[in-house]
Amino acid sequence: MGSNMAEAHPVGFQWVMEAKARGARVIHIDPRFTRTSALADQHVTLRAGTDIAFLGGVINYILSHGLEFREYVRAYTNAPFLLSERYRDTEDLDGLFSGYDPATASYDASSWAYESIDVEERGGSRHKEQSAPYQHGAGGPSLDAGAGRIASDPTLEHPRCVFQVLKRHFARYTPEMVERICGVPRERFLEVCRAWTENSGRERTAALVYSVGWTQHSVGAQYIRAGSIIQLLLGNIGRPGGGIFALRGHASIQGSTDIPTLFNLLPGYLPMPDTTHEDLAGYLDSIRRPGQKGFWGNADAYTVSLLKEYWGEAATAENDYCFDYLPRINGDHGTYRTTMDMIDGKVFGYFLLGQNPAVGSAHGRLQRLAMANLDWLVVRDLTMIESATFWRDAPEIETGEIVPERCRTEVFFFPAASHVEKSGTFTQTQRMLQWRDQAVEPSGDQRSELWFFYHLGRLVKEKLAGSADERDRPVLDLAWDYRTEGDEPSADDVLRHINGIDLRSGRTVDGYAGLRADGTTACGCWIYSGVYADEVNQSRRRRPRFEQGPYEAEWGWTWPLNRRVLYNRASADPEGRPWSERKALVWWDEERGEWTGHDIPDFERTKPPGHRPPEGASGPQALAGDDAFIMMADGKAWLFAPSGLVDGPLPTHYEPHESPVRNLLHGQQGNPTRKVYGRPDNPSNPAPPEAHGEVFPFVVTTARLTEHHTAGGMSRQLPYLSELQPELFVEVSPELARERGLRHLDWAHVITSRTAVDARVVVTDRLAPLRVEDRVVHQVWLPYHWGPAGLVGGDVVNDLFGVVADPNVLIQESKVATCDIRSGRRPRGPALLRYVRDYRRRAGITAETGTRVMTAGGEHKPAHIEPDSPEESP
Amino acid sequence: MSLERWIGAWPVYRQLTGADRLGRGKAAESRRSAGLTPRTDTADRVVASVCPYCAVGCSQRVYVKGERVIQIEGNPDSPISRGRLCPKGSASKQLVTGPQREQKVLYRPPYGTAWQELDLNTAMDMVADRVLDARRRGWQDTDSAGNTLRRTMGIASLGGATLDNEENYLIKKLFTALGALQIENQARI
Repeated sequence: MGSNMAEAHPVGFQWVMEAKARGARVIHIDPRFTRTSALADQHVTLRAGTDIAFLGGVINYILSHGLEFREYVRAYTNAPFLLSERYRDTEDLDGLFSGYDPATASYDASSWAYESIDVEERGGSRHKEQSAPYQHGAGGPSLDAGAGRIASDPTLEHPRCVFQVLKRHFARYTPEMVERICGVPRERFLEVCRAWTENSGRERTAALVYSVGWTQHSVGAQYIRAGSIIQLLLGNIGRPGGGIFALRGHASIQGSTDIPTLFNLLPGYLPMPDTTHEDLAGYLDSIRRPGQKGFWGNADAYTVSLLKEYWGEAATAENDYCFDYLPRINGDHGTYRTTMDMIDGKVFGYFLLGQNPAVGSAHGRLQRLAMANLDWLVVRDLTMIESATFWRDAPEIETGEIVPERCRTEVFFFPAASHVEKSGTFTQTQRMLQWRDQAVEPSGDQRSELWFFYHLGRLVKEKLAGSADERDRPVLDLAWDYRTEGDEPSADDVLRHINGIDLRSGRTVDGYAGLRADGTTACGCWIYSGVYADEVNQSRRRRPRFEQGPYEAEWGWTWPLNRRVLYNRASADPEGRPWSERKALVWWDEERGEWTGHDIPDFERTKPPGHRPPEGASGPQALAGDDAFIMMADGKAWLFAPSGLVDGPLPTHYEPHESPVRNLLHGQQGNPTRKVYGRPDNPSNPAPPEAHGEVFPFVVTTARLTEHHTAGGMSRQLPYLSELQPELFVEVSPELARERGLRHLDWAHVITSRTAVDARVVVTDRLAPLRVEDRVVHQVWLPYHWGPAGLVGGDVVNDLFGVVADPNVLIQESKVATCDIRSGRRPRGPALLRYVRDYRRRAGITAETGTRVMTAGGEHKPAHIEPDSPEESP
Repeated sequence: MSLERWIGAWPVYRQLTGADRLGRGKAAESRRSAGLTPRTDTADRVVASVCPYCAVGCSQRVYVKGERVIQIEGNPDSPISRGRLCPKGSASKQLVTGPQREQKVLYRPPYGTAWQELDLNTAMDMVADRVLDARRRGWQDTDSAGNTLRRTMGIASLGGATLDNEENYLIKKLFTALGALQIENQARI
C-alpha cells in the first residue's frame, strides 16, 4: 500500500516476484493501477487519503472475528495493559481524543497513559512544534514512571485494557463503512481481509510494504501505525517473511535519518536538546525515566560518547562533557518553516547539498521565492539544477515575480564528486551499510561533501582562532583531526569514529554495549557501533551470496549489531521455542544457555526466556526474558501508544487537508493537530465543512517513474533516461476525459489554488472513477520529475501542492490534494497569476481557508493563521 | 587455409555437426563476432560500488581503464540485487561520465544575469566568511524567558539523502558546533 514497488524499487521487487513464484499471494492496494498492480494477484483501487479507513476495517475484521494471533498478542504487545480512567476515545468525542486544546491545535497526552502511571501534564504544543515523535526513532518514547508494575488483564477482557479499547475504537470500521469512505466494494475489501488473516499465524506470515504514498500525508505517521497494529495483531513482526517495510527513495535516506541532517535529532535518534534541558542530567531524564525498561536506559553512555567524539579532550565530567555547547531548539525548524522564514527575511544563507527543492519540495513557488530572498546560496551538485538557476529560469521569471536584475541572492555553485569518485557508506532501506570503494579521482573542481565540509570547518576554525568570545568555543574546541589522504579526509577514519573508540586503548569498540558514560569512550552514532568492530570496516564485507547462508550475514553490515530482522526474539514463543518449525528464525538453546538461530538474535544473548528482572531494575536489566521489544520502555510492542504521538494514541480516519467529501465517521474532518501554515502565500483549497469545494472537484496524487529520479537532477540530464520518459503527462480515466473534454495526447492543465501545470493527457483505465457515498470521485495522477532544466523539460508538478504537514514528523501532505483539470495549455506569464487568482476568488479562498482545523462539535473553532505574514499571492 | 578449417567456417556445417542445431548461436557466429570481447575485459581494474539512486542498494561493478570509468554493471555477488540494475542504475555510467557534469565552481553575484567562474579556494574562503557573518547576524543567546538558546537562525541547509553517512556526520557536527540547527534533508520530505 502507498508504494509502487515494481516502478520505484524494481530490483527489490524481484524478491516479491520470487515469493509469488513460490506461491505467495501479492495484493496491491493503491489509487491507481500501476506496474506493481499488473504483477500482483489482486489490485484494489481506493480513494487517495483513505488508507486508515481501509486498514481500520481490517483491524475490525480481525478483532470481530477473533482472528488475532492470541498468544503472540498477549505475550509481546501491550494489549493486556489497562488504561487510565481519564482516557476518552474519538468514539466519545466526535473524532477527538481526550486532552485536545483548540487554541494550540494540540493534545495534552497525559490521559492516554496506562492506569498505574501518574503522569504530569504534557506540553503538546511543544512536542508538535519540535516533531518530538521523530526523536528516539523506532525506539519508543519514555514512559513517565517506568514499567515495573503496569496493571494488566491477561484475559484481555477488562473494558479498559488496550485490547478492548482497540476493539471499540475500530468497531465502526465495517466493510460497509470502508466501501462508503474508500470507494472499495465490500467484497473486494473482504477478499483482502481473508487473504491477510489466512496467511498469518503460527505457520504463515505476511509482509507489508509502504513508501511515501503513506508518509506524505497530514496523517502519515498514523497510516504506518495502522499497518503496524495489523501486523502485530496477526503476529507478523520480528518473524521471517513478516514485517513492515518502508521502502525509502534515496541511496542513503536511511543513513541521513540515522546520522541525521535533521533539526530535531542528534545521531542515533537522540533528541536535539531544547530550552527545557538545562543540563546533561535534565536532558537524560527526558529520554529515560527511572525504572523504564530497554536499551534507551543507556542513553547516558550514548550521549556522553557522542559529546566526547564532538569535543574530544575539551569534554570532561566537570563541564558536563560540553553539553552546554549544543544549540537548543524551541519550535518548528523544519525545512518548510525555514523556507517561510527565508521569505520573511529571517534567514541569510542556505546550503543545498544534492537537493533540488525548486522541483522536489512541495509548493515550488514558495521554495523559489525563498531562495530569491537570501543573501547567499551555496549549491553543491553533480549538474546544474533548477535550484541553482532560479534567478534566470524559474517560472517566476516569466510571471515577473523574480527579476534577475533585482534579485540580490549571491549564488555559489560547487561541482560535486559522484558516487564512484569517493569512498564511503550508504545505508540502504533495510538498515544495511554498504561501503563503496573509490574508482577514480573527480576532475576539475569536483569535490566530495567530505572534502567541502572538512575544509569549511578548517577555514572557520582558522578565522575564529584566538577569539575570546564564548559563543566560538564550540567551534574552536571541536575535534576535527580526521586522518587525511592528500587534502581529502579519510571516510574510513570518519566511519571508525562513528563506530566508537575506547579512549583508554585507542581501539574501536565492538558495539554499543561497550559504550560508557564516564568519558572513556567516544562514539559518533551509537546505533552504528559495531560497524568497525575489531578494527575492521565491516560494511566493506562482500562475501558472495553463493558462499553464504540465507541471511548473508557477511555482506555489508546492518544496524544494530548486524541483526537483519528487528525484534526477532518475537519469532520464538515466550518459552523461547519457534512458533513453528516452518517459521523458525531465532530460538533459545537450553544446553548452551544462549539464543541462537539463522539471524543474529536481537536480544541479550544469554538472557533466558524465563528470566524475571529483580525489583527496582531499570534499562536493559529490567527486560524480562520475554520482553521481545527491547527498545520499548515496557518491553512490549504498542498497539496503543500511551505516549510519543502528538495526534492520538490510535490511528483514526481523518480526511486529507484538501478533500472533496465530508468525514463520514466523525464531525472532526481532518487531523485536528495537523500543522497548517496559514499564510496568504500558502493558500489551501476549501474542504468540507467549508464551502466552494466544487471549484476543485477532483483528487490529485503523484508518484515516480522507474526512468527518472525524484527532482530529476540525476535523470533528466541523461540521454538514455530522457529518451525513455521524455515528457510530463497526466493520467485520467476515460470517464473524466469525457466529462472535461480531454483528448489522449493533447494538452491539459491541472489547477490548484497555488498554480496551474501543463501536461500531456493520457486517457487510461489505470484510473477509475470511484463511487464514494452518494457521488462519483475522479482522481488524476501525475509523475513529478520535471522542471525547466535538463534534456527534457516540463512544468513542476510539486508547484500544485501547498504546505500542510503531519504533526508528528512535519512531513508535507503531497500525495493528495484537490484540483481542477481543463483541456488545453495553461495561460503563461502574468496571465497565469490572474487565472489562478480567479480560481481562488471563485472558491472564496483567504489565508484562513483550511486552517480551522477543529471541526468536531462545539462552536469554538479558531483559525490558525500566522501573525504578520506577507501579502497575498499576486 | 586447410580444407577442414574452410568447411568448419561454413555456418551450415557447424549447425549440422555442433550443439547449436537451430543455428541461432555459435553456429551462426561470424569470424568478426567470434573475435569480439566485452569492453569490460580490457579494464585495468574493477571497483566495488553501490548504485546511487533509490534505497534498495544494488551492488555495482565499476570498470576503470586509463583512470576513466568505461562501464558500470550489476554485481552478481550481491544478495540484495543478484547482479541486476534498473534503467537508472544501468544509466549510471552516463551519470558519472556525461557532459552534464559540471567541472568548475561558478558564481552569480547579486543582481547578476550570468555565471562567472571562480577559483575553488577563493570560493571556499568567501563561503567561510559568509557563514561566519550570517551566523553572527542570526545569533540568539537566550529566548525571551532567559533560557539558553546558543544558536544561530541565520544559516540553513537542505540535503543529505544522496550523501554518504560519513559526509552527513561531518555536516551535522560542524553545523551543530556553529550553532546552526535548521539542517534538514529529504527525510523530512
